[in-house]
Amino acid sequence: MSTRTKGAAAARRAARPAKTNRIGLEKTSYRGRPSTLCKGCGHDSISQRIVNAAWEMGLDQTQVVKLSGIGCSSKTPAYYLGWSHGFNSLHGRMPSVATGAIIANASLEVIGVSGDGDTASIGIGQFKHAVRRNLPLIYIVENNGVYGLTKGQFSATADEGQFLKYQGVNDLPPLDICMEALTANATFVARSFAGDPKQLEALLKAAINHRGIAVLDIISPCVTFNNHDTSTKSYGFGRANEIRLHDLNFVPAFEEIEIEDYEDEVEVELHDGGSIVLKKIDPDHDPKDRAAAYNVIQRSLDEQKLITGLLYINEEEPTLTELLNLTDTPLTQLPDEKLRPSREALEGVMATLA
Amino acid sequence: MSVAVREAPVVKPDAPAAVNDFAINVATANGSGSQTSNGVLLRALFKMGIPINGKNLFPSNIQGLPTWYIIRLSKDGFLARREMTDIQVCMNGRTVAEDMERAVAGGIVIYDDSLPVANSRKDVTYYGMPVKDLVKEAGLPHALRDYVANMVYVGVLAELLGIEPEEIEAALLHHFEGKEKAAGLNMEMVERAIDWASGHVVQHEGYRVERMTGFNEGKILVDGNTAGALGALAGGLSLASWYPITPSSSLAESIEKYAPALRTDPDTDKATVAVVQAEDELAAIGMVVGAGWTGARAMTCTSGPGISLMSEFAGLAYFAEVPAVIWDIQRMGPSTGLPTRTSQGDILASYYLGHGDTRHVVLFPANPAECFEFGRIAFDLAEELQTLVFVLSDLDLGMNMHISEPFEFSDAPFKRGKVLSAEDLEERQGSWARYMDVDGDGVAYRTLPGTRHNMAAYFTRGTGHNEYGYYSERPDDWEQNLERLKRKFETARQMAPGPILDEVDGADVGIISLGSNHDGVEEARARLAATGLPTNYLRLRALPIDDSVRSFIERNATVFVVEANSDGQLHSILTTEEPAQALKLISMAKCDGLPLSARYIAEQVQQALEEERI
Repeated sequence: MSTRTKGAAAARRAARPAKTNRIGLEKTSYRGRPSTLCKGCGHDSISQRIVNAAWEMGLDQTQVVKLSGIGCSSKTPAYYLGWSHGFNSLHGRMPSVATGAIIANASLEVIGVSGDGDTASIGIGQFKHAVRRNLPLIYIVENNGVYGLTKGQFSATADEGQFLKYQGVNDLPPLDICMEALTANATFVARSFAGDPKQLEALLKAAINHRGIAVLDIISPCVTFNNHDTSTKSYGFGRANEIRLHDLNFVPAFEEIEIEDYEDEVEVELHDGGSIVLKKIDPDHDPKDRAAAYNVIQRSLDEQKLITGLLYINEEEPTLTELLNLTDTPLTQLPDEKLRPSREALEGVMATLA
Repeated sequence: MSVAVREAPVVKPDAPAAVNDFAINVATANGSGSQTSNGVLLRALFKMGIPINGKNLFPSNIQGLPTWYIIRLSKDGFLARREMTDIQVCMNGRTVAEDMERAVAGGIVIYDDSLPVANSRKDVTYYGMPVKDLVKEAGLPHALRDYVANMVYVGVLAELLGIEPEEIEAALLHHFEGKEKAAGLNMEMVERAIDWASGHVVQHEGYRVERMTGFNEGKILVDGNTAGALGALAGGLSLASWYPITPSSSLAESIEKYAPALRTDPDTDKATVAVVQAEDELAAIGMVVGAGWTGARAMTCTSGPGISLMSEFAGLAYFAEVPAVIWDIQRMGPSTGLPTRTSQGDILASYYLGHGDTRHVVLFPANPAECFEFGRIAFDLAEELQTLVFVLSDLDLGMNMHISEPFEFSDAPFKRGKVLSAEDLEERQGSWARYMDVDGDGVAYRTLPGTRHNMAAYFTRGTGHNEYGYYSERPDDWEQNLERLKRKFETARQMAPGPILDEVDGADVGIISLGSNHDGVEEARARLAATGLPTNYLRLRALPIDDSVRSFIERNATVFVVEANSDGQLHSILTTEEPAQALKLISMAKCDGLPLSARYIAEQVQQALEEERI
């Protein structure tokens, strides 16, 4: 770790015996039900990262909502944050359900989990429109390039030329989730690898603090149907070819920031006051530069490398709920009299119809 | 349920045209501004106290295709479409030949004299209007000429029929929302046409309008979509998500139009309702389901093709038990069908929408006041029953103007259903199960996301689940869950708005109908009664049906099921739900894109009964 946080370190030392977070909860409180996915599934690693990040951030789970579509990845919300409401919705339609939930109660922290089939195949439309609306949503794609639950068909992110046992060779080029997000004007685009806990947790924490949509494309190998080293979505490929754009650290607002010995660092302030600190490995990449983000993604596609890290961030754009100019009190908490017109207002309209 | 037993009314069938009792058909090309002229005519007549209705038969097109607007005046208050045309206005060269044939013998044809006119009939009176000259003389800017040209027939009709120019002026001001300049330009054209007509047309004894009282007082002139929008806004709507589709778009647009005045929080000046135009119908209903699950009152509005797309979410809302409201403003199907013509072809589709064993509550408003009422109570039903509720309107009710009772303010508390708060959970020490039938009515308790209690959360899914919402493939869990949903549907039967009954002493012939057919049915009953055939009438307002439908059928020897579709969809639901009485039910289904007329209904009933006797 190239940065450290004095307050947090002290707090951690003090808290060690009880192992509770800043709202007094043990990490076990953030677990869900036992996973029913295959042993070694990348998705389970991601669930664990969500548990860790939420615990470390001290999230109040009752104010978190976890949504998903259909597929292996979409089963996972049952496996983390057991005190949060969850909704395993329809295939490819998680974004619209999330949109409704967020408008209904904009004070909730909403985490959407999807897969590559759920997002890039059946759900590409809803994905891109949720991004375009800058929905305040953490949009996690657990990307393994294959349909698991239906036993091994290609998704739209499968590599060209890839071979699968039952389907043979895939001759179509893949859709790249990060590229699609960027073209739809995403305000937070990151890629990570299920087998990189430190980076993934830092990105999850940054996503939680981002005000608009945060798209996290997480390469999550399918151990059963697509873990050949020839696939860019396998453990072997990921470990051998992952290039990190930065070393990442997320600093929550409630911790005192002290950075030392950090050359070429970029600090990005996030919506809720936290910040993400990036140590550049690639000195040219500025995550606030959209054109640069395109270049990085295109290069990774050309070179068949897994470039991970925060590719793009923009904290300036308004979110959908801001544009709707809704009351600060969530719509679900407004009393009846706020949810209907006054007698005078209705009579005013009736007068125009008489 | 309300039963009114009364004497059969007496009317003369096919009374000859008389003061305040005839029909005008205006033939124009769409996009020519005729909507303003026709709306102004309708409103002026309404303000003169005359019972009227206006039916707009328009093409699925932006400009240039034939459009007809039919205004019926009925001093007796019959508001169904009338098949016969007494006065035909011809402004469209493409259809002028067939339009001129439409007028009844003894009727009047008014036409733009620049149109090619052939085959003059001897049995009608013709008046050629010098539209071009009158527009030219008015010296208006070129850009406006086409739009005000249609005001010429307004002026000619005013002079011919005796429509008060003051009411036309007032209607213009109303139309242009008080903008005097725009209203003035149009009024000038109307006055020039009146001037011309005063020297060229002869007033006919039968075709006259006269100010009257006794019908329109205290009433409003409104379309069903505006009414539904106001009802939803009055009923606590928090999210309307929609995708443009005729004939439902104006419902969503009305919500957008009235939301600032009706639903801005005076304390913060911020909105208490969101309107989102979705990328498609799937997203529109997805947003509704997301918001309903979170605890907000949410709806979408669409038409046939939209509900096809919403089918999967409809099943999810039913099975995961999420409150949601869909307004279906029906148009002609199957497929894209006739997008601008009315029908009641989605009764079966909406009742059963979704795969597997799925049934929904469906409401059938018959007039704007009911659109307003159902706009509100659809949310109460959806939240009390934790399910999807359809409101089935149609193009005729939704887009045409109707005389209506005004909409009443109500501060009755919203019925939010069985929702456990953090305090409730504390009392129960966190012991609850999302899908457990505690009260025996099939409706379980839910919690809302954001409830500050660590036992509040549950997991919502469209997959098989047990009482706790956990995934389950056990046969007994599945069966118990579906049995409970059936119990819930029985609760819905009692909770949904009951039918309106009107029964007549000595009648043993019944009519069951629904929605916008009401005006046609009432007039048909008057015609039948005049020929010595009194009928009983049950106007269904919701599915599932309640016991009063069964007893109504039992009380009648024969029951006609009148609906505007081809397959007799309501008839098939009734025969399924009342198999023991199925043979008494006679389907009377018609679907040609036009609102059902009284003449059709009456003739069909008579014919069927005669055949029965043979």
